[in-house]
Amino acid sequence: MYDVVIIGCGVTGAAAAYELARYDLRIAILEAENDVATGSSKANSAILHAGYDPAPGTLMARLNVEGNEMAFRIAEKLHVPVERCGSLVVAFDENDEKHIEELYRRGVENGVPDMRIITGEEARQLEPNLSEEVRAALLAESAGIINPWDYTLAMAEVAVKNGAELFLNTKVTAIEKGEHFTIRSSKGEKFETRYVINAAGVNSDIISELVGEREFSVKPTAGEYFLLDKSEGGRVSRVIFQCPNELGKGVLVSKTVHGNLIVGPNAVETNRGDTSTTRDGLAYVQRTALRSVPSIQFRENIRNFAGIRANTEFDEFIIGESKSAKGFLNLAGIKSPGLTAAAAIGKYAGELLRQMGLSMTEKESFDDTREVVRFKELSDEEKNELIKKDPAYGRVICRCETVTEGEIVAALHSVIPARSVNGVKRRCNAGMGRCQGGFCSPRVCRIIARELGIDETEVLEEKEGSNILYSRLKEV
Amino acid sequence: MYDLIVIGGGPAGLAAAHAAWEKGVRKILILERDRELGGILNQCIHNGFGVKTFGEALSGPEYAARFEELVENTGIEVKTDTMVLDVDPDRNVYAVNPTDGYVTYSAKAVILAMGCRERTRGAISIPGSRPAGVFSAGTAQRYMNIDGFMVGKRVVILGSGDIGLIMARRLTLEGAKVLACVEIMPVSSGLRANIARCLEDFGIPLLLSHTVTEIRGDRRVTGVTVQKVDDKMAPIPGTEQYFDCDTLLLSVGLLPENELTKKAGIDLDPRTRGAYVFENRETETEGIFACGNVLHVHDLVDYVSEEAKFAGEAAAEYIANGERPRDSFSVTTSGGVTYTVPQKIRKDSGMKLINVYLRVNRKVKKGDIVVASAEKEIARYHKENLAPGEMITVGLPSVLLPVNSGSDTLNVSLEEIAQ
Repeated sequence: MYDVVIIGCGVTGAAAAYELARYDLRIAILEAENDVATGSSKANSAILHAGYDPAPGTLMARLNVEGNEMAFRIAEKLHVPVERCGSLVVAFDENDEKHIEELYRRGVENGVPDMRIITGEEARQLEPNLSEEVRAALLAESAGIINPWDYTLAMAEVAVKNGAELFLNTKVTAIEKGEHFTIRSSKGEKFETRYVINAAGVNSDIISELVGEREFSVKPTAGEYFLLDKSEGGRVSRVIFQCPNELGKGVLVSKTVHGNLIVGPNAVETNRGDTSTTRDGLAYVQRTALRSVPSIQFRENIRNFAGIRANTEFDEFIIGESKSAKGFLNLAGIKSPGLTAAAAIGKYAGELLRQMGLSMTEKESFDDTREVVRFKELSDEEKNELIKKDPAYGRVICRCETVTEGEIVAALHSVIPARSVNGVKRRCNAGMGRCQGGFCSPRVCRIIARELGIDETEVLEEKEGSNILYSRLKEV
Repeated sequence: MYDLIVIGGGPAGLAAAHAAWEKGVRKILILERDRELGGILNQCIHNGFGVKTFGEALSGPEYAARFEELVENTGIEVKTDTMVLDVDPDRNVYAVNPTDGYVTYSAKAVILAMGCRERTRGAISIPGSRPAGVFSAGTAQRYMNIDGFMVGKRVVILGSGDIGLIMARRLTLEGAKVLACVEIMPVSSGLRANIARCLEDFGIPLLLSHTVTEIRGDRRVTGVTVQKVDDKMAPIPGTEQYFDCDTLLLSVGLLPENELTKKAGIDLDPRTRGAYVFENRETETEGIFACGNVLHVHDLVDYVSEEAKFAGEAAAEYIANGERPRDSFSVTTSGGVTYTVPQKIRKDSGMKLINVYLRVNRKVKKGDIVVASAEKEIARYHKENLAPGEMITVGLPSVLLPVNSGSDTLNVSLEEIAQ
């Protein structure tokens, strides 16, 4: 019998697990896919919002501001790439100026530190590539950027190191409520637990309905992006937002923690699981972004992607015990600023479970650390020491991002090991650069097959069924 | 301290190093990131290489082997499995490999010969989902010819560059069905011979002025939509054709791989995406030379070897005698010439004949390449069957250079001859 089963290992589920793993609890995390962070947590703007957007007094406002602080602390402790670079919301006309004043007032009420409204001239001094059309901007120094899947992975890894059990490829198909919960998976497994956390992201309404009445519906809204080469990474040094509209926070331009430039998203209603990009959508993103930063060189694009927001009919996050099932805690409708708020949501989930009757005693020891080796960040001496110990660190596999065989092997044997080429990419950046795996993917494929003891034709690009190779060539 | 470090052990690097050795340079080091020398030629198992250089058609590995043998018979030092991480303008080269660790090498001269890479799906922003089964043509070629795997059974190829054409034939011979080769331009950028031998001989349709407008499939590609494009290359509504396929190969262009060049502080020509060079393939940074596909994308490896030879000999000359005066002509282009290499020609180059490589922007049946200075024609070369996919070479005798005319530019243009 588990004390808590968490459904979904995106950033919200991982944050809940990270919080609960501090206590003497038996925890299981059930993830439908073959890796953590495969939904909205991997495909988003990767921004840590300051917290001036949500309406004052809401849970969203509180968790955003609190989550921002926590995210920087956790990321630094667990070696997740993060940078407090600040953000600007730019105003092009009088309406926008009123809007940023309103955002400023909200920010003050929400307790956002270090904000001020600056003139267009001042904004261009900070960001020389900003459009001449910008008349004013809201500067928020506490905003930042993070590696969202590594943040998710880091929290999940610490939870697993401290005893939480992670079950991948485990899709929940039924939940029975009696004395306790019995959860069944597509693979026929059965998990019995006293408490359930629903952190199923875009599918959280489906999971919630397994135990009772429909309390909310997810209206999946896609956001499409461009990711540009590092040659464009210096185009801006802060997150540049436009004024938000009813569909979302609008198209932003930002550098990423890897030094690329990210541009997007738009907001289009979509079907669950449909993360395709469209010609029109991408054209809109491009056109809109050029309004803020006219000099972006889109020919330096290296990848397009789309992520899905778990929007619901409510403006607020849906956080609380299900009305129809005691002991079932929804962490649902976690749209923007969900990534920023995640750690605070996780902590709050712990408080709510306690209120719901879960007895929580802190563990005597909690290992809140994570070892990560990133070859290219080491000093010359450290590089040499490492190569002496393990020559695989002297063999560069990914040329664009300087990722060594040693790092790839480590990613395949880590606390939550990679199971696919993209899993390797998320863990150590191999294939994330300008050639998008053109050079390294055959080599990564071979290393995966060797390390996992499988045939190369079984190597996956991403999910189950995404095999890269069809067969061996006809043998003579 | 080396006399010469060559970065890259592909066709360019091997030919450059060998040429320098022949000119008497003795302390030469080739740094190659792969485990073997030969570069991309190792996976080009089709034949047709070397007709100009050796007078016979060789396979890629055979062509590479000729140069490897030449290098083996010298005292040139080779380090494979060695990745260069940085180069600075003072010709210090920072590299890493499993046996030596992280090492700094210095040299009197450096030749950049890193080759090129393929443009990706991202570079052309093909909309749709992101399933497995989308490969750049060269990556698929490696999976097949080096690793021994089939990448798919029903294949559409976007782009009619040479690698795409070669792969259309290769996949067909291995039992795949290549449904179409789709090219956004009204003409193919591939060599004419390859279109005949790799598509026409196998009945594979070449759809000109068409492009892939959507990729479908959740886990593996299940199909692609192809549309005709107008003269601005925008897809025309109503022309959609759906191909049921499991694989999309991209042969949509090559980009010189100049990240190290940029780290060394060397400016790149936006037209070639390679360094600006003098007639001897020396970059604007003294003692650093460049040749092969890192300098500009060549259509034939024979030209790569030829250019690498100039660069190797020039590096030898530099090591022995130092820098020549840089007073030079800037080469400009017009009338459909898209670029030239070199972009600068020294007034006193010490060379008898200056080899100029160039490309044109359109198909021309008959035309003249005209070299002029200050409106005055100094040389004219008659050429036939010009096409964007085929590099043009002209040899400019240095005696023709108007060194005392007061002009500092040479212009290279294309004059089409009406039929």
